[in-house]
Amino acid sequence: MRATREGYVEGLLDAGEKDRRVIVVDGDVSRSTGTTAFQKKFPERFFNLGIAEQNMAEYCAGLALAGFIPFYSTYAVFAAGRAWDQIHTSICNMNLNVRIGGAHGGTSVGPDGATHQALEDIAITRVLPNMTVLVPADANQTRQAVLASLEIDGPVYIRYGRNPVAELYNRDETVVPGRGRLLREGRHACIIAAGAMVATALEAADMLSKKGIEVSVADMTSIKPLDIQLLKYLSDITELVVTAEDHQITGGLFGAVSEYMSEHCPRRIIPVGVNNRFGCSGTPEEVMTHCGLTADAISGKVEKTLKIH
Amino acid sequence: MVSPKVIREDILRMIHSAGSGHPGGSLSLVEILLHLYWKEMKIDPDNPQWKDRDRLVLSKGHGAPALYSILARRGFFPTDKLETLRKFGSGLEGHPHMQSLPGLDCSTGSLGHGLGIAAGMALGLTIRKSKARVFCILGDGELQEGSIWESAMSIPALKQTNLIAIVDRNHVQLDDAVDKVMPIEPLAYKWRAFGWAVAKCDGHDMVDIEKAFSNRTDKPLVIIAETVKGKGVSFMEDQALWHGKAPDSEQLRKALEELE
Repeated sequence: MRATREGYVEGLLDAGEKDRRVIVVDGDVSRSTGTTAFQKKFPERFFNLGIAEQNMAEYCAGLALAGFIPFYSTYAVFAAGRAWDQIHTSICNMNLNVRIGGAHGGTSVGPDGATHQALEDIAITRVLPNMTVLVPADANQTRQAVLASLEIDGPVYIRYGRNPVAELYNRDETVVPGRGRLLREGRHACIIAAGAMVATALEAADMLSKKGIEVSVADMTSIKPLDIQLLKYLSDITELVVTAEDHQITGGLFGAVSEYMSEHCPRRIIPVGVNNRFGCSGTPEEVMTHCGLTADAISGKVEKTLKIH
Repeated sequence: MVSPKVIREDILRMIHSAGSGHPGGSLSLVEILLHLYWKEMKIDPDNPQWKDRDRLVLSKGHGAPALYSILARRGFFPTDKLETLRKFGSGLEGHPHMQSLPGLDCSTGSLGHGLGIAAGMALGLTIRKSKARVFCILGDGELQEGSIWESAMSIPALKQTNLIAIVDRNHVQLDDAVDKVMPIEPLAYKWRAFGWAVAKCDGHDMVDIEKAFSNRTDKPLVIIAETVKGKGVSFMEDQALWHGKAPDSEQLRKALEELE
């Protein structure tokens, strides 16, 4: 088990080595996001701009205009939320090579409570033209997402978490925008998950398998652009889709999958996610249980829906 | 250098032709922009993407007509394009859109963004060891945006002396006088308290403007340029009503007559 934030920092260190245009900017949470490691290795390319997310996003827009690839990192709720106007009007409108690292995504920051839990960040970044949205599922994939972002022309939002999650990928498995991964194949239903919920979806698939229900599990790392080939394939082999995300149901993975499938390959789509509520304090596990983000919740929805059918 | 009158005529004709736009805050900018583009900035109209050019961020993006006139008269694009302001398919967007027009260093229009972007550019140029400078023009009403003061705090902290901010202090914003809507004084005191060197000038006097820009200091420099909103047209001067309104044909005729 490793937190995806560890992979983010590993990615930054490798990216900084690989490309001298990489600059890292932090907003007084560098000891928490781990970007102090980048500061130590590349002090001339690290800037801590204090608790001022709007300014941090603007600096990055300017750095991108001067030919650099700036990554700014802070808690996702501030990275995407506080600076949204700057992301919208300056970074996305000019299609700038700014990378936004949304730390502590979802409920992973548990005890800090609702003010620090980003449950809407995917929705508000996904809606923006030119933006790529990557939600890696483990530390290795997060490292690869950072490296993949170097090849993308335009802004990228990378969401990662604080809480250790199961390791699903090898260090060298690359992330490709517009590509997800089919981790398990079964024809009774499919679970499309992102981020920390991918491991939970695999757990749910095991539970279902013991009851004779075989489901596919897809990791939709690239929420924008979506992997439409994978969605088409899944719609060919199954009638029921369950999405699983550590995020509000509205506007996130469920929204993205529903938007595409309703037009191109309609299937019944059931969401597992945060349903129109704020988070609260507790261990990440307690908060996730409270919000219904568990393997039990996923498997229960699959079973219940299949029975109705 | 073209005369301020030519730029003001352009501005009025463009906004009249567009049927909308911001004459007040464009007319107040004219001499500042003339100084920048003819005397201060190292630029090459034949190579607008020159890596070591000086850059301008017009943070008060609604002053776009003034900037467009200046860029056209400086040779970045043909002057006959000016009449396409705000029209569909024209590169002359209502607020500056960088990818649509040569000579624009940044898209702007949402107040409060420009100073931080200029600072990021200036930082990038420093890292690249370029000698280029960045100029950022702010509206005085814009200083009510909190993000401006985030940038005002970080620029001196990072000792960014390759950036010069200019405040177009025309005293009027959309609704009313700045000091009635939300007072920003004591302005020089605020900038100094944030770590800036402050110069003041008459923003319509070319000699005075040049003097303000010639200040050499080890702190970032902000120039507070005292200007008149709607400068040059008696019925527009100091009138909030003319912040964002196009003159009709009769008003245009009268305005052009008045320009010296």
